[in-house]
Order: sequence, then C-alpha cells, then structure tokens
Amino acid sequence: MDRVYMLMMAFASIVIVNNLVFTKFLGICPYLGVSGRIDMAFGMGLAVTFVVTLAGTFTWLIDHFVLIPYGLDVTRYICFILVIAGAVQLVEMYLRKIFPPLYESFGIFLPLITTNCAILGLCLFINLWSIDNFLEAVVLSFGAGIGFTLAICIMAGIRENLKTADVPESLKGAPITLITAGLLTLGFMGFAGMIK
Amino acid sequence: MANKTISIGKTFMAGIWDENPVFRLLLGMCPTLAVTTAVKPSLTMGLSVIFVLVCSNVVVSLMRNLLKPHLRILMFTLSIATFVTIADLFLKAFMPIMSAELGPYLPLIIVNCLIICRAEACASKNGLFVSIIDAFGMGIGFTLVLCVLGGIRELLATGAIFEIPVMWENFVPWQAMRMPVGAFVTLGLMLGIVNLITGKKA
Repeated sequence: MDRVYMLMMAFASIVIVNNLVFTKFLGICPYLGVSGRIDMAFGMGLAVTFVVTLAGTFTWLIDHFVLIPYGLDVTRYICFILVIAGAVQLVEMYLRKIFPPLYESFGIFLPLITTNCAILGLCLFINLWSIDNFLEAVVLSFGAGIGFTLAICIMAGIRENLKTADVPESLKGAPITLITAGLLTLGFMGFAGMIK
Repeated sequence: MANKTISIGKTFMAGIWDENPVFRLLLGMCPTLAVTTAVKPSLTMGLSVIFVLVCSNVVVSLMRNLLKPHLRILMFTLSIATFVTIADLFLKAFMPIMSAELGPYLPLIIVNCLIICRAEACASKNGLFVSIIDAFGMGIGFTLVLCVLGGIRELLATGAIFEIPVMWENFVPWQAMRMPVGAFVTLGLMLGIVNLITGKKA
C-alpha cells in the first residue's frame, strides 16, 4: 500500500507541482508554437506523452543496466538522444499509417519532438534525482507527458480567446503569449510546497 | 574582395540583431528562460552555446556533402551531443559550482533548437568560413540577450549585478523576478519593446 501511495504522490508531483513546462521551462518551443488551436495542442500533447513514456523508461533501463555497470557514463547524452530519436521515428511511422490527417496537420512539429527539451530534460532529471525504482521512473515519465498535455491545452484554450482581445500592436503574437504563460505559472505556483 | 567583406559583416551582424535567435526567430527559449536568474550563469551558458555552435557548424559544414537526407537530423544531434559532452565535462572539472547550478540545462544544449536550426539552415549549405562566422554571430547574439535578461532579473530580484550591490539602500527585492513568472513576463516585455523599435523604423 505504501508503494502505491508513493507512486501516486510521484505522479501528482510531476503533473502539478513540478510541472515541467511551468517550473522547469522545458518544452517551451512547442508550447509557444503549437498552442494555437486546442485540438492540435491535444494531439501534440498525446504524441509527446507517448514518446516521453517510452524514452523515460528505456533511458532508465539503459542507464541502470548498461551505462552504470560498465562505467560508460560519458556517453550518456549520446545514448539518450539516440533512444529519443528512435522513439520519435516510431511515432511518426505509426501516425502516418493510422491517422494520416493528424500526421499532415503536425507537419514539421513531429520530427521536432526529437528536439523537445521536455523529453531529454525528463530523462536527465530522472538521472539527477537518482530514481532507483523502475516503476517510479515509468510513472514519472508518464506523468511528465500528462503535465505537458495539461499545460499546452490550457494555453491553447487561453489563446483561442485571446484572438478576440484587444492587444497592443507591438505585443501581438509571441510577447503576449509569453506574458500569459508567466501569469499561468503564477497560478500554478499556488501548488508549490504541497508535495515535495 | 570588398563585396566579400560586406557579406561577411552582414552574416555576422544578422545573428546579433536582424535575425537575433531569441528576438526574431524565437529559438532556444528553454535555456533563455531557465538559466537567466543572474548574469553569471547566463554568461556561462552563452559561452558554452557559442563553443558548441561553432564546433558543430564546423563539423556539419565539413561533412555536408556526405550527408544522406533522412539521416541528416540524426547526424546533427549526434555531433552536437559529442561537443556538449566535452563542454559539460570541462565545466564539471574547472567550474564545479557553476556546473551544479546549471544542472541539466547544460546537457539540454543538445536539444537547443538554435544549434540544430543553424546546422540545417546555414552549415549544411555553406562553406566552412561562412559557417564559422555565422556561428559566432548567432552565438554572440544569443549570449547578449541572455545577459541582458539575466541582468534585469538579477538587478530586480537581488538589487545587485554580478553579485555587487548597486541599488539604493532600502531597495525591496522583487521575489517574483527570481521565479519562473519573472522570466516569462520580462522576456515578453522585451520582445514587445524590440517589436516597437523595429516597427517604428519600417
């Protein structure tokens, strides 16, 4: 029972309290780039969730069963980025076959998931927090994806309404999005300290 | 010959203002926002990015004729990852405190869109010399923005620059500037100001 409780806490903490977008500034590029329409934002969030779960799990396994026992820590970044690139390729092939319209609408952003900081960032954070429990690593990876989806969907919802707002000429586009994001993080900071 | 010098100057200046990676192209936002709590980490980050950018542009430019299109991005990321590992080990050995402060954001240079974008847009099409100039221009432009943002945030959050107090005595530090909010809002306003300046010119 203790274990289940611990895993639930880890999940809640990565989704809300330590949300990668709001507190760690990871994945800002797609967060600003794809958050124009809510359906696309949701699709992007799901794709990222899938890739991050795969990548987080595999990098943990590789780190603990190959790199650390054989003293290959130096090649850690190169291995991590290879795993992520492979996972993205997998998602790309799958989407092209099963959901062609979604694949079309993603365009350039799909291969760019490889360079989404949230994914490599999470793999590095799992390593940095020295998580030595396999289940916890999986839960954290999945939670990070859900947290990203949550953030990007909230942002897309706000931006859809922002279109009708009267924004000063020079603040249109990226600047107002950044300021909105700032206010959002302020809101999410209310959760800080709830869980470690 | 004169023509050549002009175009080199243009390439260099493009990175600093006309096509500034942060203001114009909105690239490399994650480190921009994350490490700019003070000037010092911003400067370290900027210098590391210049190092990686120059090295990766050189390598990509040298192997541009050998690249197969579908393996392109993978080769870019792998060569970038190699140089980031070098930079990371260097910082760990000679500046351990700074390395701990930057934490995972230093390895995150690998996925900094700025570097991949320059490899794709410039180094894979141009010769060695132009690529190096372009890398320096872009890198310095990026570092400048980082330092300005870091300076503003450090000044308002602690009343000091480079850890030397400069504000008046009863200055109340703005705690929010240290938090994520400060980064987002300051960068948003800076972008707005840049838009205002360039809008007037046009």
